[in-house]
Amino acid sequence: MNGSSNGVMVEVQSLNKRFGDVHAVRDLSFKVNKGEVFGFLGPNGAGKSTTMRIITCYIPASSGTVRVGGLDNTVHSLEVRKKIGYLPENNPLYNDMLVDEYLTFVGEIRGLKNSALASRIDEMVQVCGLSKMVRRQIGKLSKGYRQRVGLAQAMLHNPDVVILDEPTSGLDPNQIIEIRQLIKRIGREKTVIYCSHILSEVSATCSRILIINNGTVVATGTAEELTSQMGSAGQYSLRISGEKTAIESRLRGVAGVATVSIAESSGQWHTVRVIADSKEDIGEALFRCVVDNKWSLAELRHERASLEEVFTQLTRG
Amino acid sequence: MQNIAAIFKKEFKAYFLSPIAYVFITVYLVVTNFLFFQGFFIINQADMRGYFGLLPWVFLFFVPAVTMRIWAEEKKVKTLELLLTWPISDLEVVVGKFLASFCFLAIAILLSITVPITIAILGDPDGGVIIGSYIGALLMGAAYLAIGLWVSSLTENQIVAFIIGVVITFVLFIIGNPFVTMVSPPALVPLLTYLGLGNHFESVGRGVIDSRDILYYLSVIGFFLFLNIYSIESRKWE
Repeated sequence: MNGSSNGVMVEVQSLNKRFGDVHAVRDLSFKVNKGEVFGFLGPNGAGKSTTMRIITCYIPASSGTVRVGGLDNTVHSLEVRKKIGYLPENNPLYNDMLVDEYLTFVGEIRGLKNSALASRIDEMVQVCGLSKMVRRQIGKLSKGYRQRVGLAQAMLHNPDVVILDEPTSGLDPNQIIEIRQLIKRIGREKTVIYCSHILSEVSATCSRILIINNGTVVATGTAEELTSQMGSAGQYSLRISGEKTAIESRLRGVAGVATVSIAESSGQWHTVRVIADSKEDIGEALFRCVVDNKWSLAELRHERASLEEVFTQLTRG
Repeated sequence: MQNIAAIFKKEFKAYFLSPIAYVFITVYLVVTNFLFFQGFFIINQADMRGYFGLLPWVFLFFVPAVTMRIWAEEKKVKTLELLLTWPISDLEVVVGKFLASFCFLAIAILLSITVPITIAILGDPDGGVIIGSYIGALLMGAAYLAIGLWVSSLTENQIVAFIIGVVITFVLFIIGNPFVTMVSPPALVPLLTYLGLGNHFESVGRGVIDSRDILYYLSVIGFFLFLNIYSIESRKWE
């Protein structure tokens, strides 16, 4: 909208936050482009929620700057807050209120009036699938519906940026899929920052991912970039029919193989796990070795490091 | 203004969303009517001095009950984080919440209209004095509310907010009481008398509206609303 440059929607620069002795966020910098779903990933206590609280102007940073749509969030706090829709961790809601009362209240604070307010509420109720629940008390809704109310709240004023802090925590698998689809739909038009400690979530919804640990960035990129960067040595799984000791020794002789182990055997068939000593593809060499020895091959698979493994590697220790 | 109105509407409605409002108003009216009419027929005078004389004591317990929920619950349910990331200033939130609790208390106070009506049937009270006293009661109530509201912003536990609210208003009330001023150093007496929450109500209760008393109550309200904004902002320098 106004003042934003080069399509960067949210720009965080060398952000620090200390709570007494605890250094929760250390020198954190990243950029979120307009119209992307940005995954903010890290184990519990990594500083995700603290960062989100700083971006949304709830607490100030100890040092560093945050710009949303080109505006500094300490100087233009109210303007920045207008651009952001926020679903905090654990989705706090006013439990006494009815769903439509609550959305009206939020809309009024967001500066919406009369027919504009009514039509936005209608739209959000449609988008979030709340039409049967508008006259219900929020405190009596199921977790899935509460989450939808929280999402409706965050998007009511048609914000440029939607920040979702663990939007699927505590939901059952069906609800998670529904909310995920909802977020994908939102992501088509808006900039979304999606915090989570669950990897499958982030890899399923986000175009770019940042992994944070102990308050600092440990990796950033698309899900594929992260897995290929980190997918250190290749792993292969083969199912071969032949003589056990011969298989082990011959495969070990192939150039580029680090270790060979037999994971499982049933009769003549053995499941063999081969680990390469570099990133180079040795699939063909393995296949040739099998053919040269006249064994039967039922399966040859190159196992890539999953995002899960990348995450554990980066955030442990 | 729209922001203050939105907060006001939401908070005011919140009182009536649970049975608390009805219980509160009923108990308030029953207690004050009972205590007043107990002595009324013995004294046998057609005025409401006895009634308004009760209010500084009754408010000690009733007003913190009106305000205890207001911030403590936002803190406990964590809706505060949502509220304070909406485009609304801390001042607007505080003022909106204060006005809502004031209107609720005003309703409770004004529902005691049955008392002057009863007295008017039985005798010939001075209407001007009674109206003056009602204005005084509203001002004093507002000062108690500002204190209670601030206390509520210090904790996430409503019971704690209630008890500390009672204690603080009681201390501010008792320092101006002869009970304390009689034994305190003479140099401090004028100050203590001035600061006492109840002292300014007495002249108002006699039907005399003095600008100094009004100024006193308005400054108490202003001071504690300021403290309230300060305590909401304190999250920023933790």
